[in-house]
Amino acid sequence: MTAAEKYVAATYGVVFLFVLVWVAIMAAKLARLERETAQLAQLARERRADG
Amino acid sequence: MTQTRPSLPALVIGSAVLMGAALLAIFFVAEQDADQGLSQKIFFFHVPIALTAYACFGLGAWKALRVLWTRGERYDLESYTAIHQGTIFGALTLITGCIWAKASWGVWWTWSSNQLVLFLVLFLFYCAYFMLRFSVEDGSRRERVSAVYALFGVALIPVSFFAIRLANDFIHPTVFTREGPQMTGRMFLAFSVAWAAILTLAYVMYRVELAGKRTDGHLRELREALAR
Amino acid sequence: MNGYLGDVAALARKDLALELRARDTLPAMVLFVLSILVVFHFALPRDAGDEAAYGLLWVAIVFTALLGLSRAWVPEGRDGAIDALVLATRDRSAIWVAKTLAALAFLAVAELVALPAFALLFAPLDVTAVAGAALASLGLCIVGSLAAALASAGRGREVILPLLVLPLSIPLVVGGVGASISPQAGDYLLFLGVYDAVFAILSWASFEYVVTE
Repeated sequence: MTAAEKYVAATYGVVFLFVLVWVAIMAAKLARLERETAQLAQLARERRADG
Repeated sequence: MTQTRPSLPALVIGSAVLMGAALLAIFFVAEQDADQGLSQKIFFFHVPIALTAYACFGLGAWKALRVLWTRGERYDLESYTAIHQGTIFGALTLITGCIWAKASWGVWWTWSSNQLVLFLVLFLFYCAYFMLRFSVEDGSRRERVSAVYALFGVALIPVSFFAIRLANDFIHPTVFTREGPQMTGRMFLAFSVAWAAILTLAYVMYRVELAGKRTDGHLRELREALAR
Repeated sequence: MNGYLGDVAALARKDLALELRARDTLPAMVLFVLSILVVFHFALPRDAGDEAAYGLLWVAIVFTALLGLSRAWVPEGRDGAIDALVLATRDRSAIWVAKTLAALAFLAVAELVALPAFALLFAPLDVTAVAGAALASLGLCIVGSLAAALASAGRGREVILPLLVLPLSIPLVVGGVGASISPQAGDYLLFLGVYDAVFAILSWASFEYVVTE
């Protein structure tokens, strides 16, 4: 690859990388939200069972 | 949600289609630049990313204005998310700008590129936004403080632009030529498609992040309600 | 209008009176700016031109202003004093005007010492340079007072304040240095005037939102 090709590839690669990292962070957040919602659902179930 | 907005799945598909079309247009429709050669292709992403960052900061400021006018909590989240996107794309602007500088002029950084310097100043300013925001307790005070700072940001954009232009008068005049080549019709088409693609991508990211933050807020409310 | 100006005068007088009694901020600022100038002599290489020195003068002024601004808001941080001020005034932007004027007074005194010292130790200052110093100092106090209010809303005020002021101060440094060394000093003075006007209006209009809930 020539130098120019490497820089062009680097540019588009960096953009892709940023979006990928962002997706990873969102995925982690979603996993946490899922966990917490499950906990709350459990809490609501227990609440309903008691009262 | 009371307003009619484009649905998220439709947006994502649109974004993917546009991105594909942009890449096609950039590499197969636009001619190779006679002067700069292949490295001119960097420009097709670098400039739209910069423009998108400005758009995000502008959206953040508009939402901030709404925060101050109507005291709505939703506007605060929207302003915060818009500015977050702007910072992400701002960082991307700096990185792609450095790559372009290296490809065009052989140096990773140059103070004579007004756009790069402007983005550095703005990047610092908006990083301070997050520091400020997280130093204040959650509540209406934090919303207003963040909103005022966001407004100062958009005022700073043109002022800094002129300051940097003025500054380059007494730093040694640059050997490098102005960026932004003369574009042919096909190049302009590729540029426009690329800009549309990146704007849509940014908007998708904005909506997804916003949904995440809102859900976070709802969950917190739920937890407080169930804890009683 | 009398009520507004009266508020401004009373608040500014309070800050100045506090300083005259405590006498801790102003001497600190003067000593600080002189010390920085001396440090800069050792920071500059031997063949550095005058132009580098003007740049460093402005760094010194910005940091001295930051020192003064963070000290000026300390009384307001204690015991909810800022809430008392907010309740006492009808138009809260009067607080901002008063703070700006008081900060400007302090900075002006510090510069009355710093500028002649600079001219003595480094390079001469002409009329446009001094005019630039005046306009840029005003700009620093304008945005600095608002930034101090923003920083006071949260924790870690002393650290946040410089982070907020420094990016905003970049155009002022450009203007101040340009007014000192450029042949088109008038352009830079005009630019400083525009900066001061734009950010004065913005700060004045938004201060109310910063200090109230």
